[in-house]
Amino acid sequence: MPLYHDDDQAMLADTASQFMAEEGSIKKQLRHWRDRDCKDGFGHGLWEQMGELGFTGILLDEDDGGLGMGHVEAGIVLEEIGRNLTPSPFLTTSVLAATALKHGSDDLKQRYLPGVVSGKAVYAVAIDEGTKHNPARIKTKAEKSGNGFKLSGQKDFVVHGASSDMLVVAARTSGSDDDADGITLFAVPRDAAGMSHDAVRLVDSSVATHTKFDGVELDGDAVIGEVDGGREILNRVLNAGRIGAAAEGVGVARGAMDMTVDYLKQRKQFGKPIGEFQALQHRAAHLYSEVEIARAVVIKAQQLLDAANENGGSEKAELMVSVAKAKVAKTAGLAVREGVQMHGGIGMTDEYDIGLYMKRDRALQEFLGDAYYHANRVAELSGY
Amino acid sequence: MSDLEAFREETRQWLEANCPPEMRQPVRDEEDVYWGGRNASFKSDAQKAWFDACVAKGYTVPAWPKEYGGAGLSAPEAKILRQEMSRISARPPLSSFGIWMLGPALLHFGTEGQKQRFLNEIARGEIRWCQGYSEPGSGSDLVSMQTFGEDRGDHWVVNGQKIWTSYADEADWIFCLVRTDKENKYQGITFMLFDMAGGGVTTKPILLISGNSPFCETFFDDVAVPKSYGDDCPGYVGEINRGWDVAKYLLGHEREMISGAGGGDRTAAIGAAMLRHSGELDPLLRAELAMFDVDALAYSAMGEKFLDEVKVGKAHPAQPNMMKYAGTELNKRRHELMMSAGGSRALEWESEETGGGKPSRNWLRTKANSIEGGTSEVMLNVISKRILDLPGA
Ligand SMILES: Cc1cc2nc3c(=O)[nH]c(=O)nc-3n(C[C@H](O)[C@H](O)[C@H](O)COP(=O)(O)OP(=O)(O)OC[C@H]3O[C@@H](n4cnc5c(N)ncnc54)[C@H](O)[C@@H]3O)c2cc1C
Repeated sequence: MPLYHDDDQAMLADTASQFMAEEGSIKKQLRHWRDRDCKDGFGHGLWEQMGELGFTGILLDEDDGGLGMGHVEAGIVLEEIGRNLTPSPFLTTSVLAATALKHGSDDLKQRYLPGVVSGKAVYAVAIDEGTKHNPARIKTKAEKSGNGFKLSGQKDFVVHGASSDMLVVAARTSGSDDDADGITLFAVPRDAAGMSHDAVRLVDSSVATHTKFDGVELDGDAVIGEVDGGREILNRVLNAGRIGAAAEGVGVARGAMDMTVDYLKQRKQFGKPIGEFQALQHRAAHLYSEVEIARAVVIKAQQLLDAANENGGSEKAELMVSVAKAKVAKTAGLAVREGVQMHGGIGMTDEYDIGLYMKRDRALQEFLGDAYYHANRVAELSGY
Repeated sequence: MSDLEAFREETRQWLEANCPPEMRQPVRDEEDVYWGGRNASFKSDAQKAWFDACVAKGYTVPAWPKEYGGAGLSAPEAKILRQEMSRISARPPLSSFGIWMLGPALLHFGTEGQKQRFLNEIARGEIRWCQGYSEPGSGSDLVSMQTFGEDRGDHWVVNGQKIWTSYADEADWIFCLVRTDKENKYQGITFMLFDMAGGGVTTKPILLISGNSPFCETFFDDVAVPKSYGDDCPGYVGEINRGWDVAKYLLGHEREMISGAGGGDRTAAIGAAMLRHSGELDPLLRAELAMFDVDALAYSAMGEKFLDEVKVGKAHPAQPNMMKYAGTELNKRRHELMMSAGGSRALEWESEETGGGKPSRNWLRTKANSIEGGTSEVMLNVISKRILDLPGA
């Protein structure tokens, strides 16, 4: 498959780009909700509009009301979200939770998928424990209790946790903290007794929670997939989320770069546009190269992952997802740092948008593993 | 089975039957490369057998039309051949500036007579070409070059000096930028083709920091260059005084080639090989190797994307400059890390264990990657101007 968008994908990109620029703009969404101190950090109206366009169910099967598309297409939407810094629960709901629910029972699908398709529901995933992403270690416990389970422990960096109608929680049902096996995924409804959220606003104005589970009683039918067999599904959820975050990160990098290159053409010092200074030209040109390479590896990983999902997993896809996540983290980081620096003083002001890119990038880098985590994973998967 | 799948199957069988086992190993150094030319000799029977088989099949230049010595493969077929050759680590049967540079220029600008003659000679490895562009006073600012050809009716008399001419001392012919109009900077250069054995050409090898001397100073002393080599076969490419167009077109190809856009070893990850080699890795070195592998694997995806986009005309025309910049900088970093992982052994300059100092010589050689064919700084200038559209660039 060639590494560029086919005609249908290009059309989708046009639609998504126009929609996000008009409806999802920084002014209409990010700043609007931030300045009102919105407890969700995003607007439900926009989320429902994304449902009407079909975006929210992009990864779901057509039988479930979705578009039956893959990670290349989800990535197209995410890249536009990234460019416009559009706050929405798309990544956690339509990518992460949706991927988990695909492996759930018919009952779970019927209960939870229509809300994804309509954009009326918001879902979150609770995986991390502690301040750094480390899904190999899961301590949160779900003990057998009657016909169901009793969940106890704490999850961190649960993005949109307090706004969610349901949380996908990875918990240990057997074995010890670092075992690969013995993990089970649960769909925990928002009103579950014993679940409490400590909501915190993050640097990018999104809201995440530290979520406590204090003997939360769950029915057996809250289990997604098999008891003790959650690792395989968790890996799929993580791959989907990571490549999604990488696609959004490419959008952030492009948004910051475009803004900066425009500024270099506009801003005059010493009687000429600052873009005439070679010191700045070379940094901009280097950044362009890195962003192009990051885009290339993201589409490569998306295609591999889509192919792997049809053929049941592939090591190459795993590897390239981590390569992509690491490369994007480094590249978007470069884009926003160069962006702020080349804007000079105005780059430090809240009024100007470039700083918002820097904030979003920081949160995205950390989400589902930063450049160090994924470079290390690349080394491990390569055998060193 | 689709046509392409059938082609892949056929290619596999052909390679199985024709590529000797000795030729199924990555190229280790210069010795393993066959450049062709009047004075060429094969290093082994296997090298000769592989070369002959490829010439007969048109596989020294698979994508060139059959009438010019190629196999007339379509772009997807050529990609399959590349993949299948790389799968068994088959060496290129023939390497030459004729294939990489002059050939593409002739395919684009050449007359039928020039194509018939020169392309077939290149495909069969009969004539080895070198590239005469740079001069002592004109490197990055190439268009300021001075080597002059005086018009004498049916020929020019060329005087001047080129420098950094790769393999000039081993080449048979040269494609050379010669000023034919002193008043006109850009439209006063002719892209000439001539035999270096015809009299008046001397070459003087220059020793590189790697201890090798693959390039030369090249002097022209009243060299007579014919305007025509016979029917429909001019002694220059394109039009007289419009050689700059040809030179620019060709630089694009050179940059693609140097960037290693086609993939292969240069874009592969190295961490695992370094561990096998050293037995253990310092944790900080391991971390740097991991960061390098991220960049290398990402760049290999870029190479694939670039070729896919070139095929359908989606690539930005100045994109090869980006590929060259990123690819050569990456290759330099690769060799820095290989030296670090190699430790004191890698410092050995002449030992048998290092094949005569390969690690250090190769490391030093890579420093030229970001100079030859246009420096990294010049690539960044071009990206600024042609892609980012920055003012005054
Ligand atoms: C191994 C090798 C093989 C070669 N083979 C050939 C060959 O076969 N045929 C041939 O004709 N030539 C060949 N070259 C020559 C090569 O193309 C030139 O070396 C190259 O174009 C740079 O020119 P220069 O050496 O004169 O450096 P200069 O142009 O003098 O550059 C010196 C420094 O100044 C920087 N610089 C120059 N202009 C600018 C600018 N506008 N903005 C910012 N920085 C700038 C450069 O980037 C560089 O860092 C070869 C070179 C090498 C190293």
